Amino acid sequence: MRIFETPLYPYERSPDQDAAAPARHPVVVVGAGPAGLAAAVDLARRDIPVVLLDENDRVSYGSRAICFAKRALEILDRLGCGDEITGDGVTWSRGRVFFRDRRIYEFDLLAEEGHRRPAFINLQQYRLEELLVRRLRDLQSEGRPVELRGGSRVTKVEPAADSVLLTVETPEGPYRLEAEWVVACDGAGSTVRRELGLEFVGQVFEDNFLIADVTMKADFPTERWFWFDPPFNRGQSALLHKQPEGLWRIDLQLGPDVDREEEQRPENVVPRLRQMLGDDVEFELEWISVYTFQCARIDRFRHGRVLFAGDAAHQVSPFGARGANSGIQDVDNLVWKLERVLRGRSPDSLLDSYDAERVPAADENILNSTRSTDFISPKSETSRLFRDAVLNLAETQPMARPLVNSGRLSLPHVVLDSPLQSPDADGLPGRTRPGSPAVDAPVDDGWLLARLGDRFQLLAVGIDVPDDEPGLEVVGLPARRHPLLDERYLGGAPGALYLLRPDQHVAARFTDYDPERIAAALRRASAQETDDS
Amino acid sequence: MTRLRTEPNIPDGDGFYEELLELHQGRSKEESDSINARLILLLANHIGDREVLREAMKAAADTGL
Repeated sequence: MRIFETPLYPYERSPDQDAAAPARHPVVVVGAGPAGLAAAVDLARRDIPVVLLDENDRVSYGSRAICFAKRALEILDRLGCGDEITGDGVTWSRGRVFFRDRRIYEFDLLAEEGHRRPAFINLQQYRLEELLVRRLRDLQSEGRPVELRGGSRVTKVEPAADSVLLTVETPEGPYRLEAEWVVACDGAGSTVRRELGLEFVGQVFEDNFLIADVTMKADFPTERWFWFDPPFNRGQSALLHKQPEGLWRIDLQLGPDVDREEEQRPENVVPRLRQMLGDDVEFELEWISVYTFQCARIDRFRHGRVLFAGDAAHQVSPFGARGANSGIQDVDNLVWKLERVLRGRSPDSLLDSYDAERVPAADENILNSTRSTDFISPKSETSRLFRDAVLNLAETQPMARPLVNSGRLSLPHVVLDSPLQSPDADGLPGRTRPGSPAVDAPVDDGWLLARLGDRFQLLAVGIDVPDDEPGLEVVGLPARRHPLLDERYLGGAPGALYLLRPDQHVAARFTDYDPERIAAALRRASAQETDDS
Repeated sequence: MTRLRTEPNIPDGDGFYEELLELHQGRSKEESDSINARLILLLANHIGDREVLREAMKAAADTGL
């Protein structure tokens, strides 16, 4: 039995189902996809009791997310499963672009050196989910307070004064739960969102896409191939992408108004794939599905005690791998805030910053994926004219290649004006300015991000700082020993101090040591600052 | 502050205009449209200044019909 057919967390009766009154839990996470699993793992690591509900009892089926970008891998490192996930993935950097019957150019995305993790890996979503479930089980066996309840479908969500009542349907009938906080990770068709009557606002794209996963019998280069208007799929596009275990992802744009059933028949798919891959390539179909998508989000991601993350909060087109990657980043932003609020260390207004920081990130992702979609699938005669002009030029004119948009790699969102940030110091490198995730760099025999934890910390490079900063862990490193660290954190400065949040984002930075200003920045970064006087 | 040059700037304007027409001589509407699109992209890349390009797009749209 293959992994996506294996019940990993079959339904079991919970004592909550026999309780006289709804059992109260600090956090209930709805949905065990990438975002929900990451949320549960992060909460459990922080010893926050969490119940994760999933209507299913196994990992996702079929072709879903495939490409995981560096920031997501770094977050998974923090969650304790980055090695397994990165190790199982395929890395690639070369690609080819075809237009009609011609190969117009090739590219090599040379990754910047000095990072523990590659720019991205390809890995089946079900494999990522499986590894996250395994991590969750390990935490459970260490005695961390996490429960994964399969076969448990949320059907009703009722916000109350200081909690949320959830009705959960199970094979043995419904029961109710009381959650202090609900993290809704129940996907694009979110029940929680519907129950709260929240609108998903945006653009629906009418194009259908067929995804097929195939196993190749022979060697095929580890490259990403993208076709615009190819002979085997006239007027449409196609994508070929490698996954681990000899599996390849094929994406064929079908256009609007197609007979989905008819398109999915192997006798219709196979000849097309043969044309695409060449007659001498032997392959086997794993599965085929047809999907459509929309680029949309809800107005706010925090609605009282319900926090939306991942596709439940926002949906993007698949171009640019921004779905699962942004869901994992949502969770990274949210969980430490939830922990502080639950422990009474910060007021619940800290959670408003989740909204303030992740809504612009979602908008950036929607913008990028909409632009890719408009390039791949031009909506008017004129947009097709320019699209084709770009592709024609790209064959001989390097100037046109950056305009070819078959998906833009997901890069972490830099928060430009978060309420948690302090004004920047002068003269330090732009890429580590407040609002950026800490940039990795080689440090001694290891990596900077591995040195950073998941609490508030002060990264001191070339500046001596007493070890007893209240509420802060100090990570001290010398200047002028690690060239890439200097380049990324000092620029020309002799030393610098970085206040890093528990999600390893820069909240403030300074070029000299002033405990007062550090304390003020910390209060601000944890929403404890109520006045500026 | 406008940066798009709107004073005459092409030496031998009549000669340039003739070359532009020659480029399209004997071509179908479809071919001409494609050439124009490529020409816009090449020139835009050469200019490279987003503000100038924005002003040119606006001037083109605001003039005429």
